Amino acid sequence: MTEPLLSVRNLTVEFPTRRGILTAVQDISFDIMPGEVLGVVGESGAGKSMTGAAIMRLIDRPGRIAQGEVILQGRRIDNLPDAEMRKIRGRKIGMIFQDPLTSLNPLYRISEQLIETIRTHLPLSETEACKKAVGLLDDVGIPDASRRIDDYPHQFSGGMRQRVVIALALCAGPDLVIADEPTTALDVSVQAQIIDVMKRLCAENGAAIMLVTHDMGVIAETADRVAVMYAGRIAEIGPVRDVIKDAQHPYSSGLMGAIPRLGANLERLTQIPGSMPRLSAIPKGCAFNPRCPHVMDKCRIDQPQAVQTAPGRRVACWLYPPQDGTTASAERQSAE
Amino acid sequence: MTKTLLDVRDLSRRFDVSQPWLNRKIEGTGKRFVNAVTEVSFSVNQGETFALVGESGSGKSTIAKLIVGLLKPSHGDIVFDGISLKDGLKGAKARALRRRFQMIFQDPLASLNPRWRVVDIVAEPLRVFERGMSNRDQRLRVGELLTLVGLAPEDGVKFPHQFSGGQRQRIAIARALAANPDFIVCDEPTSALDVSVQAQILNLMKDLQKEFGLTYVFISHNLQVVRHMANDIGVLYLGRLAEFAEAGALFDAPKHPYTRMLLDAVPDIEMTGRRRKQVEGEIPSPIDPPSGCAFHPRCPFANDRCKRDVPLVINGVACHAVEEGRIG
Amino acid sequence: MENRTLFKDVPAEDLIVPVRVQGRLARALDSDIFYSWRTSPVTVVATLVALALILMALFAPLIAPYDPFNPASLNLMDGFTPPASTGAFTDNYFLMGADNQGRDVLSTIMYGSRVSLFVGILATLFAMTLGVSLGLIAGYNGGTIDAVIMRITDVQLSFPAILIALLIFGIARGLIPPSQQESMAVWVLILAIGLSNWAQFARTVRGATMVERQKDYVSAARIMGVHPILILLRHVLPNVLGPVLVIGTISLALAIIEEATLSFLGVGVPPTQPSLGTLIRIGQQFLFSGEWWILFFPAVTLIALALSVNLLGDWLRDALNPKLR
Repeated sequence: MTEPLLSVRNLTVEFPTRRGILTAVQDISFDIMPGEVLGVVGESGAGKSMTGAAIMRLIDRPGRIAQGEVILQGRRIDNLPDAEMRKIRGRKIGMIFQDPLTSLNPLYRISEQLIETIRTHLPLSETEACKKAVGLLDDVGIPDASRRIDDYPHQFSGGMRQRVVIALALCAGPDLVIADEPTTALDVSVQAQIIDVMKRLCAENGAAIMLVTHDMGVIAETADRVAVMYAGRIAEIGPVRDVIKDAQHPYSSGLMGAIPRLGANLERLTQIPGSMPRLSAIPKGCAFNPRCPHVMDKCRIDQPQAVQTAPGRRVACWLYPPQDGTTASAERQSAE
Repeated sequence: MTKTLLDVRDLSRRFDVSQPWLNRKIEGTGKRFVNAVTEVSFSVNQGETFALVGESGSGKSTIAKLIVGLLKPSHGDIVFDGISLKDGLKGAKARALRRRFQMIFQDPLASLNPRWRVVDIVAEPLRVFERGMSNRDQRLRVGELLTLVGLAPEDGVKFPHQFSGGQRQRIAIARALAANPDFIVCDEPTSALDVSVQAQILNLMKDLQKEFGLTYVFISHNLQVVRHMANDIGVLYLGRLAEFAEAGALFDAPKHPYTRMLLDAVPDIEMTGRRRKQVEGEIPSPIDPPSGCAFHPRCPFANDRCKRDVPLVINGVACHAVEEGRIG
Repeated sequence: MENRTLFKDVPAEDLIVPVRVQGRLARALDSDIFYSWRTSPVTVVATLVALALILMALFAPLIAPYDPFNPASLNLMDGFTPPASTGAFTDNYFLMGADNQGRDVLSTIMYGSRVSLFVGILATLFAMTLGVSLGLIAGYNGGTIDAVIMRITDVQLSFPAILIALLIFGIARGLIPPSQQESMAVWVLILAIGLSNWAQFARTVRGATMVERQKDYVSAARIMGVHPILILLRHVLPNVLGPVLVIGTISLALAIIEEATLSFLGVGVPPTQPSLGTLIRIGQQFLFSGEWWILFFPAVTLIALALSVNLLGDWLRDALNPKLR
């Protein structure tokens, strides 16, 4: 069996505030295999973006990684000095954000930004880097790349900018790309193009993708596996087809039912009552229990641990009570 | 026989995007205009939902603002229940008409005054249209409305920032309903919300429509949502109506190449393995739109005529290729 | 009679919105603003100093040891008594010494702060009212009105405030008959300082109004046909008051200094009603002959007052700025 590219173990992210410590991400664990697309889906406040930021160590103070490990290619990166981490960002892990304007410096030409990033990470001369930059822009589908490379970010449309950001993320040949809502700010017809470009290029370069989004449709089209997050924890993780066709956690099945579909013209959508709890008021026990249609007494008291229900599939719900072996391992994990 | 409540005729709106006077004089440039909406016509039946679909720059929000009177049309007319709104409204007649329409906005936080308590926000239409209503009656009415939209009367003393996005949109709906309107313009009411909350709000809006016989103009970029809500649909592209059809017909047999492209771009959540056609190009800037049919640079069926002539809406479709029978 | 349409089978008591649950005070004490005040020692000290000085000025007639303006209670022979000693002629004890006319410096400071604060606060309120109104009008209407108002503020902001105040003061002096100049002096001063400070308010409020005007809650009110003046007063104004409060505090400190400067230059309040600035002007005549206290104590009071108010303004600006928290 191959080694995972990235392993996240019991990661917890906390924000100390004057009203106590808020836990944005709580004890989550998952692996990303080389070349794989892992979707992380959840609603606002679920902690999905925070997970991506924690892996990149880009959490704003006073937030901090309180617990857990992030292992990239067998090497722990959550406790590296900042200078080391900067080398990993860009070289090993590329980033794509929702708003392309935040990733591009408006005062510099695209060429300068691309060449600078390439030369920071790769031992290339100015001319070689420039050639590579033009090639990259060509790859992401920017027409007339050799001319447009000297434009400023504001001279591109939203979709074109996001293509530039993808080029920027891929320019040092990273092994993992973390894409945080890469298509949310774009029009529907452009969204599909960007997803295609991202998927194709990562496959060509052998890069894995961690795709953070609220859009189940994007996940369905792009991801190999999906992690459904709720209130800072992973509710369910598994192969994308299984989770979409046969969601096991009541939250993920509710989420699937809530999406209006072109095919079926239903009178009413399935709805989950209530809303995602605020970080300051996460219910005791299972965080989903006040909204859950299958709630039991146990759910209000104890937090369910992730249980393997099928190969590659884990669910954290008391509907799937742990077998003896898994309880022990889950408890051992949380005790560590 | 269904009755037409709103009739939009040849509606156009032009915006002046010129530089300031001094700059124009010094640089010797002329005035510049953007045609945000051009010759759009449609009608909305009472008790039904009419959806306007389009991407950025399509002019859908401009049409919403024109209908509710936040903007004045440059050309054309809007007829609401037989009364023309073209020349603006004055006096008692205006008040009687205004209380019949309301609007729900995209960003529920921005649509609620952050310094007001919820009770004051929801009661605002009452203070405008039910002058002389006692404070107690107002509070009772607001309590009823909050209960109706799934909140509690006690929520009335709180401020908007104390609620989640979905709850804020419920407050906005309660305000819209306060003065018993029969027509509501909804401008992307769920696009700022999460999926599970979106489902709640869409269900609520459908329930309210049934209970009070409301007429909606529903503006959205999300085709799945529109499919769920609308009876009739108008597809906009760069300020012009591309296609206008009954919802079922539009989704089962789209005619305009742009509509087909939009439908193709919807992510395949059923995972049927449907192969999507690669969508070409991006939306041009409305400041400098293409000649002829604005869609021609992205259209696989475009010919010389499409580059030259603007297509007219014939049988609900504005496309030369459909008109000539080149595509079926 | 109630005209109910919804939930007719539910009793009204179960549906009515209660009048108020949490009190204003409880809410204020729990707020983030109070927290940021409580955790900033500099601000707490500044508040206490400002409060002490304001109370001192307010109750000057009650707590001042002497009435420095009552000719019966002072004696020229006590002039230049050093601090913490008894007068040469009377038995009066002068904690901060006496000035050239035998007036108790501590008492003159108390009365002087009164004048300074009175002029400063009224001038700021005047500037605030004028600036906020013009800013609201400019920001909401836009177009020509906006352009005219903003060009005036541009011109005004390109001159030092003190110059404008001097100009206005001079014009007003020329218009008022000499017999009334003494009694009108304070009001002329307030007018002059107020008119020299409104532009800052107008500019800030105009910017904030342009932002708020675009927001959907204003659109909602416009759709209902709410009158523009009501929209400005009820919707826009409460939402632009935050920055106004900040500028107001800082410009109060500026107005106090400006008044002192004008009085120091001899164009401010009449000597019979000395403000802190007047006291400093009197004091500086004796600085080089060794009677330092006549200048020193009023100057320290002025600095303490202006600094503490300014620090409060700085804190308020940071506390109301969500980006810094």
